[in-house]
Amino acid sequence: MKSLLSGNEAVARGAWEAGCRVATAYPGTPSTEILENIIKYPEINAEWSVNEKVALEVAAGASFAGARALVAMKHVGLNVAADPFFTMGYSGVTGGLVVVSADDPGMWSSQNEQDNRHYGRHAKVPILEPSDSNEARIFTKLAFEISEKFDTPVLLRLTTRICHSTCLTELGERKEIEVSGYVKDINKRLVLPAHARALHLVVEERLKKIAAQSEVFRYNRIEWGKKTLGIITSGVAYQYAKEVFPEASVLKLSLTHPIPEKMIKRFAKHVRKIVVVEEGDPVLETEIKAMGIKVTGKDKIPLCGELTPDVLKSSFSKRTKAPAKSSKVPPRPPVLCPGCPHRGVFYVINKLKLVVTGDIGCYTLGALPPLSAMDTCVCMGASVTNAQGMEKALGKEFSKKLVAVLGDSTFFHSGITGLVNAVYNKGNLSLLILDNFTTAMTGHQPHPGTGRLARGERGRRIAPEDIARGCGVEMVKVVNPNDLAATELAFKQALEYDGVAVLVFRRPCALLVKPRPPYRIDPESCNGCKLCLRIGCPALSLVFPEHREKPLAVVDEALCVGCGLCVQLCQRSAIFLSRKSDG
Amino acid sequence: MAKSVREKENTNVIICGVGGQGIILASDVLCYCASLAGFDVKKSEVHGMAQRGGSVITHIRFGGKVYSPLIAQGTADYILAFEKVEALRYAHYLEKNGEIIVDNREIPPMSVLVGEAEYPADIDRRLTRMGKTHFIDATSIAAELGNMRVVNIVLLGVLSRFLRLKEKHWRDAIRKNVKEQFVDLNIQAFGRGREIAG
Repeated sequence: MKSLLSGNEAVARGAWEAGCRVATAYPGTPSTEILENIIKYPEINAEWSVNEKVALEVAAGASFAGARALVAMKHVGLNVAADPFFTMGYSGVTGGLVVVSADDPGMWSSQNEQDNRHYGRHAKVPILEPSDSNEARIFTKLAFEISEKFDTPVLLRLTTRICHSTCLTELGERKEIEVSGYVKDINKRLVLPAHARALHLVVEERLKKIAAQSEVFRYNRIEWGKKTLGIITSGVAYQYAKEVFPEASVLKLSLTHPIPEKMIKRFAKHVRKIVVVEEGDPVLETEIKAMGIKVTGKDKIPLCGELTPDVLKSSFSKRTKAPAKSSKVPPRPPVLCPGCPHRGVFYVINKLKLVVTGDIGCYTLGALPPLSAMDTCVCMGASVTNAQGMEKALGKEFSKKLVAVLGDSTFFHSGITGLVNAVYNKGNLSLLILDNFTTAMTGHQPHPGTGRLARGERGRRIAPEDIARGCGVEMVKVVNPNDLAATELAFKQALEYDGVAVLVFRRPCALLVKPRPPYRIDPESCNGCKLCLRIGCPALSLVFPEHREKPLAVVDEALCVGCGLCVQLCQRSAIFLSRKSDG
Repeated sequence: MAKSVREKENTNVIICGVGGQGIILASDVLCYCASLAGFDVKKSEVHGMAQRGGSVITHIRFGGKVYSPLIAQGTADYILAFEKVEALRYAHYLEKNGEIIVDNREIPPMSVLVGEAEYPADIDRRLTRMGKTHFIDATSIAAELGNMRVVNIVLLGVLSRFLRLKEKHWRDAIRKNVKEQFVDLNIQAFGRGREIAG
């Protein structure tokens, strides 16, 4: 029986089949659907953790207690979780521990395209790289087995085109694995220097054993074709190589750290020329070259950007049949949705010409014109700390035109420590928490501020304003961002305030509330002044009717959700409700 | 040339439009339908930031054996576009004899709304130059049906006339992928799409 599964659905299925008991994650594209699908299996105790470090440590605790545990995150999430990840490499596991990293080559929804295969090598942890959904399911199960057999966490490394590609996948049944229970072992789990010194020796020995396993691992395999060209590849790049070089011999690597050196040498002996086809950094290429084998790789295939069949083809052939891309096509970058509660805040920021340290979420789109209201975006939580640093360098006066902006989920993820730091170190800071009751960008996952748990059940709600007060902030206000006058007033109070001020702008994500009746524009009253266009709402545009001297603003009623923000900008009261609310 | 033979064996469809138009659902239905017909199927899409009102593209490939989930440029048999500029943006994926099916709809991107770019005035002609293009009034049909969200399924109905997949499989695929309370509406939308395709 085969089913259509995305790579993420397949990892969830694999975890379930493997008898996984505990699963944790913080949402992040392209990894989010792994936990969203795990939630559908009641046998797995699943949670959205507040960040990736927390998620990995909770999973590690479950492993200590003898349960199979999985933790999923996007590539940059592993930066946050790197500390426990490295230690778990030393401590090893009791119940199998699988760490899933979903990398994002091409940066479809990310701030960098780091190649997390380096992390496996750095932390001395084995890596499995599936090349489609069926392998994602099988490798998740094998990852638990390898983890327990060799007493190590295993890094299951996915990429966007594995996570978000769908193909026919076999389904297996769940095999229950009993939780072995907790047995105290401080030599293994308490990394005092004396213990860690011994553990490091164990880690190096373990890697040798896994290298031997890599030689006989059945998914490290040679597919013989013509011997004139040999391809060494892994992950989704395998599919592209099969497509572009259908006649070549292929060494498909799946357990890619440690690499099977003997198998690679055998392959190299039989083919005339070797090309290493990998997406991202020359990770395999570097190791194979270090073995003294001559290969072609990143000298031909681009290191930056996503690898595609087209990119691979054009790396080796100048001739291409493909038609040219159309020129002069207006770009369509993502935008804040119609009715987005963030829009009012960014409008006011733009109006007051403030410097903004930004953060990661939908609201990063506030950086784009016409709102153009963001100056920096570094990583989760950095809005708070970057602002504090700027004030340290430029003084209190500068902080009067500086705000830090982050979302509710990002605040819980890693904004709180920065806030404590600013209060403790006597910073002057205006922090704006855009609270839309959800983690919007990744598709609406709950977080502590929503009071809902992963499966929708009621949990304990923790309000950002209570946390701010608990951190020692005395100036805390909750504001409706759709009320432009109130928003501007709150800004002024916060900027004048001596010390740390926190403004919580609270209004639910526009995608989570029922749209209200759309607005219309009265052509008699509109004078085409374009004031309403300054909020950058996709539902508003300017037209130039033939029989009219001045342009006319119009509302696309299919897009308008009736938030009423534009109404507050029109000086001529030209924007009105087209019909009464039906309740 | 083993390669060109295999490329012919597989059918490649690009579905594109603006984030929020139901592109992923349409792709799911096509993908499921092809699997019911017994084909090997692969589909690739992107989630997250790209979907917030931005340009969205999914790749669907089915046939005897599919390796790459991505369609190579110049090899798409069909482009099903929910908006004209989006059809043009990805028209270079079209095979020489490929065809474009596009909703007769223009949604100006923010770059046009703020006056930084112009919506191409000669868009219809430019599309026709890229390949045989079918302009469909799917938005008007959806409006007649009383729900703008079924534009995607109206267009799938049109596409279904071009693909050798059974009508029963299409209907089963819609039932499987659409929320129960909207199944009848979507089946109706699909039927209207098939009708206007002739």
